[in-house]
Amino acid sequence: MKFGILVNEGPYTHEASDTAYQFVKAALAKGHEIYRVFFYHDGVNNGTRLTVPPQDDRNIVKRWSELAAEHKLDLVVCIAAAQRRGLMDKSEAKRNGKDADNIAPGFRISGLGQLIEAGIQSDRLVVFGD
Amino acid sequence: MTEENAGSVAKRFLYVNRRAPYGTLYALESLEVVLIGAAFEQDVSLAFLGDGVYQLTKGQDTKALEVKNFSPAFRALEDYDVTKLYVEKEALEARGLSESDLVVPVEVVDAERMAEIMEAQDVILSF
Repeated sequence: MKFGILVNEGPYTHEASDTAYQFVKAALAKGHEIYRVFFYHDGVNNGTRLTVPPQDDRNIVKRWSELAAEHKLDLVVCIAAAQRRGLMDKSEAKRNGKDADNIAPGFRISGLGQLIEAGIQSDRLVVFGD
Repeated sequence: MTEENAGSVAKRFLYVNRRAPYGTLYALESLEVVLIGAAFEQDVSLAFLGDGVYQLTKGQDTKALEVKNFSPAFRALEDYDVTKLYVEKEALEARGLSESDLVVPVEVVDAERMAEIMEAQDVILSF
C-alpha cells in the first residue's frame, strides 16, 4: 500500500512525530511505500537541524534525516507554516533577508499543494497529531 | 468537471475542524489547507465538531487578542466551489447555538449522520 503521512506536532512536546516515525519505519519494513511525509503546524519544527537533545534521548530530527537517506523518503515542510515558525532553507533565508538557515538534511520546503497531492496519490493519508 | 483534468484523480476530501478559532493556530491553518486544496478540483467537504463550531459564529471580535479575525474567509469558500459544510447538531446545542448564529449556510447533521459522512470519504484531514 502507498501511504501519505501528515505530522502536525513538533518534536518532544508531543508524541505525534515519534509515532509517525515508528509507523513509517514499520510500513517500510512490511514492504509498503511512503509517498511523502508532510510536516504542518508545529510539525515543521521536526525539520530544524539545530536541535541538540540530551545524549541519552532519541534525536528525533536526525532520525528522520537518516530514515530519509536510507529509504529516499520525501520529507516536505510546509512553507507557510515554516515561515511563521522560523524554519528556513538557504534560498528562503536569502529571499526573506535572514542571516541563517536551519533546515535538516533530507527535508525540503514546499507548499500545501504537496499535502493535497499526497492525499490524491496515496492509498491512505494518515494524520499524526493532537 | 474533474474528468477533464487529465491525470488527476477526484477524491472525496473532508476537513474536520474540532477546535475553537482562536487560542491555537489549528483552525486558521486548517482553512489555509482548504483554500489551497480547492485548486485541485477534488470533492471537498468541511465538518465542524465540538468547539470547532465556534469558528463559524457571527460577530467575532478579535481586536483585544491582537489576532486576525478570519471568519469572513468562510464566506469566500463558495467562490472556491466549497459548499458542503456539515455542522454537528449536538455540538451546536451543547453550546447554546443554532444555525442562525453562523456566518455561512451549513447543513446541520447529528453525530450519527456525521459518522456516515466520514465513512464516505477518501481522505480525512483532522485539525
